[in-house]
Amino acid sequence: MTGLEVIGLNKAFGGLTVARDINITLAPGDRKALIGPNGAGKSTFTNLITGILEPTSGEIRLDGRDIGKLSEAQRVKAGIAKTFQITNLFKSLTVRDNLRLPLLERRGLTGRLIRRSDREGGVEDEVESLLSQFRLSDMGDRPVERLAYGQQRLVEMAMTLALKPRILILDEPAAGVPSSESPLIAEAISGLPQDLAVLVIEHDMALVFKVARRIVVLVSGAILTEGTPEEIAADARVRDLYLGASHG
Amino acid sequence: MKSLLPFALMALVAVVAFYAFPYNLAFLTRVVITMILVLSLDLLIGVTGIDTLGQAALYGTGAYAAGLFAVHVWADPVAGLLVGGLAGAVVAFVSGLLLMRTHGLTLLMLTIAVAEVFQELANKLDWLTGGADGLGGITMNPVFGTWQFDFIGQTGYIYAVCVLFIVTAILKVVIGSPFGLSLRGIKDSPARMRAIGTPVGRRRVAVYTLAGAVAGIAGALAAQSTALVSLSVYDFQVSAEAMIMLILGGTGRLWGALIGTAVFMAVHEVAASVDPFNWLFIIGFLVLAVVYAVPRGLIGLPEEIRRMVGRLK
Ligand SMILES: Nc1ncnc2c1ncn2[C@@H]1O[C@H](COP(=O)(O)OP(=O)(O)OP(=O)(O)O)[C@@H](O)[C@H]1O
Ligand SMILES: [Mg+2]
Repeated sequence: MTGLEVIGLNKAFGGLTVARDINITLAPGDRKALIGPNGAGKSTFTNLITGILEPTSGEIRLDGRDIGKLSEAQRVKAGIAKTFQITNLFKSLTVRDNLRLPLLERRGLTGRLIRRSDREGGVEDEVESLLSQFRLSDMGDRPVERLAYGQQRLVEMAMTLALKPRILILDEPAAGVPSSESPLIAEAISGLPQDLAVLVIEHDMALVFKVARRIVVLVSGAILTEGTPEEIAADARVRDLYLGASHG
Repeated sequence: MKSLLPFALMALVAVVAFYAFPYNLAFLTRVVITMILVLSLDLLIGVTGIDTLGQAALYGTGAYAAGLFAVHVWADPVAGLLVGGLAGAVVAFVSGLLLMRTHGLTLLMLTIAVAEVFQELANKLDWLTGGADGLGGITMNPVFGTWQFDFIGQTGYIYAVCVLFIVTAILKVVIGSPFGLSLRGIKDSPARMRAIGTPVGRRRVAVYTLAGAVAGIAGALAAQSTALVSLSVYDFQVSAEAMIMLILGGTGRLWGALIGTAVFMAVHEVAASVDPFNWLFIIGFLVLAVVYAVPRGLIGLPEEIRRMVGRLK
């Protein structure tokens, strides 16, 4: 198939199993949400897909090709990108430089030793359009560390979109974003190219129901169920889960 | 235009120093050479966040390569510089393939070890390097076949200053380039750099190689201007003092490396002549005072003062 295919993925940290025979597909155009209680293994799952962590067993295929042996950087080049649950930015660099880096990297230009990094026409246009999309234009020349956390979350999202991935994984993109700005996140997700495959991890159910067409529920590293938002909302087990251990 | 201002200032200082201390040109030349070495270290520590205590391995190899080249092949200074730079780059690339896989304390220890291995190697290969007696018999041809190296070191000083200018300008361009931006990205977050698709390990080897070339050029200059290479080019002290000078001046902006070197070596020279026994104490005090009062180094001093004045108002 085209897209991402995860087959029988397992991961254990010592005695703690955090991924248990996970099977998921993510085809072009998909809008899936991955939900589950804290510690269910959602972030770990994203780290396995992007190559930050190595699975204990299982297969990860992209367009039918096994990518399990590719490095993290190679998987990005292959089209897989994610946002970090805990903001991970170039803190001392300006917002513009934070966006330039992925844009330059996508074009294969970061090995270049001459020409200033802020003089690449195509890159600069994209920097400005990302800034205005996330209403960051005013603070483009400010070091990222001087931004409020919510704005840093927006930079986080913009940087990942700058990579123009085919498979996009968003790990709690709205966490920490003040409610005044959180529509920007939902807007950005709805505005993504139609043929992109998107997996959103979120505790904010309003956002999940707004963007997801299918929902996967992960509990203790294993998939409990998968279905449409209506099916999941009606599922008694899921309701127990969320009433029993409520959070954010 | 604004970016040319520091260069103009640098030229001014170089010229003033030339006329103000006509009998200290040998010392001034050493300062200039050390500046180039500290620049190479700033590229690693300040720009990319690669902490190393092994710059002597690259510097020393550049010195021996240039010295041997002058003795056995061709005594042309510029060709010798290129040979020294190439030697530094090769050593950095090969050792970097291993070193750049490590971080933190492991990296510090290993870089120290590499320099020691080279020192021992140079000692063992005494038929080639002169061993503990040093490599002598270096006589340089005139620069570009025109400017003869003279006794009081005028040519040597001007030559070294020109090399410093060229190296600084090149490093400025590199730091402002996409490659340079990726180095600063690596300093802030290697994990994020990988997540945007940058092969961080290869980038680290690349910048280590570039720093090796620069350190090698510094070593070559040292060999040419003193007409001697001794085992001490590989001393731990070379690497350690370079790091102190960098921290003193301020990391990551090149100008800090130049200022730190000048101040450290000037204080060292004066203190050692005033009190040959306690000069280390004075240097130590200076470094402590600066690190305590201006954590970002001397280059951060104007801003610090402006802030203090602003608070008084
Ligand atoms: N590197 C690691 N070493 C050991 N245990 C880990 C590691 N990373 C995560 N874990 C553990 O694995 C489990 C799953 O963590 P993970 O971060 O994937 O959960 P999550 O579903 O993303 O939770 P949250 O909703 O809080 O973000 C947790 O128990 C966590 O403590
Ligand atoms: Mg998580």
